[in-house]
Amino acid sequence: MTCKRIVRITINGRLEEFLCKPRQTLLEILRDTLNLTGTKEGCSNGNCGACTVLLNGRAVDSCLVLAVETDGAEIETIEGVASADGLDRLQSAFLENAALQCGICTPGFIMAAKTLLEENPDPTEEEVRFHLAGNLYRCTGYDKIIRAVLDAAADRTPRQETEE
Amino acid sequence: MTPASPEAAASENRPYKVIGTRPIRHDGVDKVTGRAKYGSDIRLTGMLAGAIVRSRHAHARIVSIDTSRAAALPGVHAIVTGTDMPDVSSRVAELGEGAVNIQHLSCNILAQGKAHYKGHPLAAVAADDIHIARQAAALIDVQYEVLPPVLNVTDAMRDDAPIILDDLRTASLAEDPSDRPTNIAKHLRFEKGDVEQGFSQAQVIVEREFHTATVHQGYIEPHTATALWNADGQITVWTSTQGSFLARQQTADVLHLPVSQIKVIPMEIGGGFGGKVPIYLPPVAALLSKKSGRPVKIDMNRTNVFESTGPTPASRIRVKIGADEHGRITAAEAWLAYEAGGYPGSPIAPGCMCVFACYDIPNGRIDGYDVVVNKPRTNAYRAPGATNAAFATETVIDELCEKLGIDPLEFRLNNAAQEGTRRIDGPVYARIGMKETVQAIQESDHWNTPLEGPNRGRGVASGFWFNAGLKSSVTATVNADGRVALVEGSTDIGGSRTGIAMQLAETLGIAAEDVIPTVVDTDSIGYTDVTGGSRVTYATGWAAYEAARDIQRQMVERAAFLWGTDAEQVRFEEGRICGPDDKCFTFQELSAQAAETGAPIIGRGSSDHNQPGGAFATHVVDVEVDPETGKTTILRYTAAQDVGTAIHPAYVEGQVQGGVAQGIGWALNEEYVYDESSNAKSRVPRLPDADQLRSADDRSDPRGSSESRSPVRCSRRRRGPHRASAGCNRRRDLPGGRHPHEPFADVSPAVDARNPELTQLNQPRLKDQHDAASLHSRIDATGHRWCRLCHRYRQHGPRSDRRAGTAVSRSCRSAG
Repeated sequence: MTCKRIVRITINGRLEEFLCKPRQTLLEILRDTLNLTGTKEGCSNGNCGACTVLLNGRAVDSCLVLAVETDGAEIETIEGVASADGLDRLQSAFLENAALQCGICTPGFIMAAKTLLEENPDPTEEEVRFHLAGNLYRCTGYDKIIRAVLDAAADRTPRQETEE
Repeated sequence: MTPASPEAAASENRPYKVIGTRPIRHDGVDKVTGRAKYGSDIRLTGMLAGAIVRSRHAHARIVSIDTSRAAALPGVHAIVTGTDMPDVSSRVAELGEGAVNIQHLSCNILAQGKAHYKGHPLAAVAADDIHIARQAAALIDVQYEVLPPVLNVTDAMRDDAPIILDDLRTASLAEDPSDRPTNIAKHLRFEKGDVEQGFSQAQVIVEREFHTATVHQGYIEPHTATALWNADGQITVWTSTQGSFLARQQTADVLHLPVSQIKVIPMEIGGGFGGKVPIYLPPVAALLSKKSGRPVKIDMNRTNVFESTGPTPASRIRVKIGADEHGRITAAEAWLAYEAGGYPGSPIAPGCMCVFACYDIPNGRIDGYDVVVNKPRTNAYRAPGATNAAFATETVIDELCEKLGIDPLEFRLNNAAQEGTRRIDGPVYARIGMKETVQAIQESDHWNTPLEGPNRGRGVASGFWFNAGLKSSVTATVNADGRVALVEGSTDIGGSRTGIAMQLAETLGIAAEDVIPTVVDTDSIGYTDVTGGSRVTYATGWAAYEAARDIQRQMVERAAFLWGTDAEQVRFEEGRICGPDDKCFTFQELSAQAAETGAPIIGRGSSDHNQPGGAFATHVVDVEVDPETGKTTILRYTAAQDVGTAIHPAYVEGQVQGGVAQGIGWALNEEYVYDESSNAKSRVPRLPDADQLRSADDRSDPRGSSESRSPVRCSRRRRGPHRASAGCNRRRDLPGGRHPHEPFADVSPAVDARNPELTQLNQPRLKDQHDAASLHSRIDATGHRWCRLCHRYRQHGPRSDRRAGTAVSRSCRSAG
């Protein structure tokens, strides 16, 4: 049995230190050690995207990342998206567009959408679809999620309508 | 929360103020911030983790289970096997969306004597953490006597088929029932008129045979349950379920305990679609808790979910329909055999009731068979039983229309069931909306826009599903600030809290935001049936309406008391309580005074109404088929559904879109592919697959026949069977015709003969299905492969096969 290691990471802006076994995934540590259960476990094989978190700014499936690999990294989870001032625009856009039904996939979609809007503040519908293709959604037909992300993008980056 | 949408407020002729608007859901903030607690999010002091040992064989006698090595592992607290399950009698319990024999349920939860499918639970371990539990599970030594498996109805119904349940005899109304062991659990027959006479009057008769595949509900959240068996014998279960009271009842039945000894606390539920009506884990967690004295949590993983829960039945269906020269159906006949899985109980009965439910058929006969096979015990999935049947009927009708040279929508309109039509299985329809859905499609922009271009086709299909009523309970308490706390027992799978709160708000004349809905445990509210059968918004909404009426009465009495007048002099109107001399309280004013002038105002409501009426739908779809690969692209999809009055239209749209997406998946690319040993894989539509659905709600036309129904009416009817069939129709004209080996397939001899090359494609058998599932299911229909490293789709390279799974499995096998 391999010994536990000490890992230090920054989660949602706060430094956290924990012990973990080499076989433990980042998802398991987030949920069971750090009690950050907003990140969901769907398939544990990188298929569904419900466990998506940001690792140094990139969206990853936390079920496919070993926690020991993240030493020194910056992690952002769904718990860090809203601020003391209220919901992030993406979160409110999801609510306004009824872009969730059961809601289990929602944290993963919001994290994936967040990286998209950070990389590309004014995405086309096609780009939104392509970027979110790693997240599975079963309750409705994806349409409302696309609209939510486009709405959030439009509000963050007013489109240049005066160019014509 | 934001107020109701302007579109609603702007409409002056609206009969309702709250119903039909789109308020933000009450549980929304919790769900977009990760704060909502789903089944697996529970954390209890001293909690142990459970792991389950599952059968490696699809059909095997369990010779012995040796748990000694596992028990000796440090960190292991308890082990249970089938012998720890109490003996329970053989009796059938209704679950609202299907029924189950309690003895079979018990054996399905922990096998007793025999494993009926690969993945069948055999034993369970509770340990300090999940890793120790899994390690211990691997140390449990099971000796099997492997038996030959039966994996489809055709094989299972043969006289010489291996028998799965030794004591099973066919239940039927035959006068001389056979005492021969069989895999056929039930034979149903419905008849109306003179079928032979009807067919003799037909000018054209089409008869086809179909196969539909096993598919899974595919909810994202795996099953989970946590249980604490307290020292006083009281059991608490935390689980995500479609019915906390039914989970309680099933757990009590299986553990042979009175229901009041068990409290089920429903956690948020991450999808179910029918698959979370039955229970799998609560009794196992409870027994482990009893043995260990600690709370025990068991989570399934994705493989467990696919191998041992929920699928909807694969089926074999023959449908024969005759029509006269005017395009009137003269007779129809159907033969349906549905896979029940490892224990009896496929949705064969609703399949038989729905197969011709859209049409007014003078002469008909329907035979249905519930057939046990070595697959997981099937369960409800979005209009259980109806989808398979509708696919068969709608395909035959499509061909009839073609032979008769009649427009398929005109044909449906000519033959549509309507008020007074008697279904072949007996019931006579009250006011229904079948014709209206056909007319809505006829009037749609989609139908009136010609489809041009090569390799393209347009299909239409109709479908029917019942709406259940059943029992619901609601209580509501008026707070001093004029807001109302609503307590209900319907687990909220997709926004029903808000739909129910809106009906209470409408009745009280307050805003949806002024209702605070909560879903509570089984000790805290009256009995409430399952969240399923398209019943919750209707039935629990009705209970909320009754609770609101109760509040109205009490507020009228309180106002009368305050004004020193008779209650007859006071009336409740639009959120105000008005008495003589133009005296009026607003709801808020009286709420504040009520708190100081008497007992708290608490409304109670319950409902047991069972006349909600049926839901019909007609869908149209345009598809393009790649002649080289057979890949089907959906160009446009329009759904017309009779949803009644849409309480919260955004969530109705979501339901329709979700039904369409799942139907497309079922029709085109989801299926369990089994090898000879019952190993399986499946694939769920990804976002690029669902590209075409962007327009679904724009053009959907939910129109109701609602006037005759309840005052605060149902909505959010579930989609239904129609969703899948349209995608398959009209394919005969296209390259490859109707594909005989897609998950939904026309397997009539003529079609097979036309497509020998496609027959070939169905042959690959995966030997190592789990790796295959995890690797291959990430290749989407457009040929892009999901890359774990860059978290994106990448072009996968040229595809020579229309089905991702088969193509890749071959190349991997040759590579490996």
